[in-house]
Amino acid sequence: MSGVLLSVEDAVVDLPTPRGNLRAVDHVDLAVDAGKTLGIVGESGCGKTMLSRTILQLLPKKAKLSGRVMFDGQDLLKLSPEKLRKLRGRSLAVVFQDPMTSLNPVLTIGTQLIETIQEHLELGLAQARQRSIELLAAVGIPAPEQRLAQYPHQLSGGMRQRVAIAVALSCEPQLLIADEPTTALDVTIQAQILDLLAREQQRRHMAMIIITHDLGVVAGRTDEVAVMYAGRVVERAPTPLLFKQMRMPYTEALLAALPKLDAAPHTPLPAISGRPPDQTRPLKGCSFSPRCRYAAGRCNTEKPSLRAEAPQHFYACFHPIAAGVDA
Amino acid sequence: MMQQVSSDPLLKVENLVVEYSVGGKTIHAVSDVSLEIARGETLGLVGESGCGKSTLGRAVLQLRQAVSGTVLFDGHDLAAMQGDSLRKMRRRVQLIFQDPIASLNPRRRIGDIVAEPLVISGVKDPNKRKQIVSDVLSAVGLDPALVSGRLPHEFSGGQCQRICIARALVLNPEFIICDEPVSALDVSIRAQILNLLEEMKTRYGLTLLFIAHDLAVVKAVSDRVAVMYLGRLCEVGPSEQLFATPAHPYTALLIEAIPVPDPDIRPTQSIPVGEPPSPIAPPSGCRFRTRCPRADARCASEVPELRMVAPRQFAACHHPLI
Repeated sequence: MSGVLLSVEDAVVDLPTPRGNLRAVDHVDLAVDAGKTLGIVGESGCGKTMLSRTILQLLPKKAKLSGRVMFDGQDLLKLSPEKLRKLRGRSLAVVFQDPMTSLNPVLTIGTQLIETIQEHLELGLAQARQRSIELLAAVGIPAPEQRLAQYPHQLSGGMRQRVAIAVALSCEPQLLIADEPTTALDVTIQAQILDLLAREQQRRHMAMIIITHDLGVVAGRTDEVAVMYAGRVVERAPTPLLFKQMRMPYTEALLAALPKLDAAPHTPLPAISGRPPDQTRPLKGCSFSPRCRYAAGRCNTEKPSLRAEAPQHFYACFHPIAAGVDA
Repeated sequence: MMQQVSSDPLLKVENLVVEYSVGGKTIHAVSDVSLEIARGETLGLVGESGCGKSTLGRAVLQLRQAVSGTVLFDGHDLAAMQGDSLRKMRRRVQLIFQDPIASLNPRRRIGDIVAEPLVISGVKDPNKRKQIVSDVLSAVGLDPALVSGRLPHEFSGGQCQRICIARALVLNPEFIICDEPVSALDVSIRAQILNLLEEMKTRYGLTLLFIAHDLAVVKAVSDRVAVMYLGRLCEVGPSEQLFATPAHPYTALLIEAIPVPDPDIRPTQSIPVGEPPSPIAPPSGCRFRTRCPRADARCASEVPELRMVAPRQFAACHHPLI
């Protein structure tokens, strides 16, 4: 089973702000095959969450969107709100960073699970309840039957995120979008949740998009990675290729800036100077050029387009890091 | 039990116990913790949320009253100090918080925010204050002429953290407690702030207690690392040694759980499923035993003492890994 499940074509999202128009997503193309995992990496404000909201068609009302989002053969921009609502939760599910904001605090875990299941699947109450118990067990919640009667505040952060994952998985979605699913969690819990997502993804042959700021999270757990900067995808490649032969200086700088466990204490970190640009004041040239150590000449005057090097390796840079340099 | 680091440590915490009362129940936030920090040293303190690491930092500053135990700063018992003498001592100890934007008063100008500690400590000459503020702002990489008149909301998170660092340095302290100073910052900004802290440490001859949940960050800046779990100290040792040969199973688990940015290292599936139990009713004996693969009957009945497992490395475990 393969083939493209989701494709985003030339997506542009403009947000009006008091300071002027903010281009949150700038001509982004992406594709996810059925059963595969795509990682979207970038820092705050790079547009990764706006991109996921574009896919889910959950953009703020005032946002202007152009381009195409094709999911399972349908153009999501052309679907009626009613059809979209049926699709979301059923085939297209999402797990957010903070489980407390995605779960309703005044409803029990059971009500929220059963409601989702009955909304999308033709199941009776007893069957939906049984399915809820199975789902909670599958996501590693002890004593699932008793949990149905509990409220979100009675669970720990890690357990709440498991419940949110159970809700997302409840209707066997074809695509799961996990937007910073572990950022609010502790390291040992983070590893458990990422393992859980990987296991369920394999078992259900579900496609997944993991959105994160942490290159460590995508390294061992995705098939392909897209790196975003200032609203654009600046490099995209199969995961092993991206880490071994990165061409975009931003990707390199992002990886270098991470403290390494095998480095001696007090080793100065190769920091990226400056900070991301103000997206209401778009630069003429490459958005990363003011912070890039390779920037020269036309980097400041012309925007590099995303071009393919190998069939699957894309990057937007005039001075890519030399090939053959082994990371 | 004592981890003597030098004959004359700057900070010495002995058998510190801090408890909170919430809804009639007692939270055992810090239980019988002892540690020392030598002059000029950076001690990293790691652990997951709720392990008591921030409470320990606050108790050192006497912002939390301890139930028992002592905090000796430069030989003086801080708990015994009051009023003026405590205020004087506090000038030598400063604190940097996790959320840099929330720790700056949104209605005050940067120049005034950074000068405030000088005003409180009685530097009366405005020109002198201005000079000190200007020096310290330049030291943290900000242009005093450009930033002094502006308000916090005009700055990014990374710049606000620079301002917080400037404010902490303005009284020329000896000791700074950094409580998760970079966890709210983006990767590219985080490296800048970590480098700045290291630079300031050398320039001002500081001693640091660096509290964080991210082991890689802690290792990057610390000479020694202390690991806390549910209010107790599990392990203390020199950074490199502790990461190369962890003795406590919890330290080993923390190291293993870090996502490594290398696609060849497939994540292991050996992370135990459990979560930290509640600090309201911590497990008897060793508090980590409910998640520990090596736990046995003794771990449930007997609290493991911190003892030496290798030169300068101490672990509180009945079945250490080394």
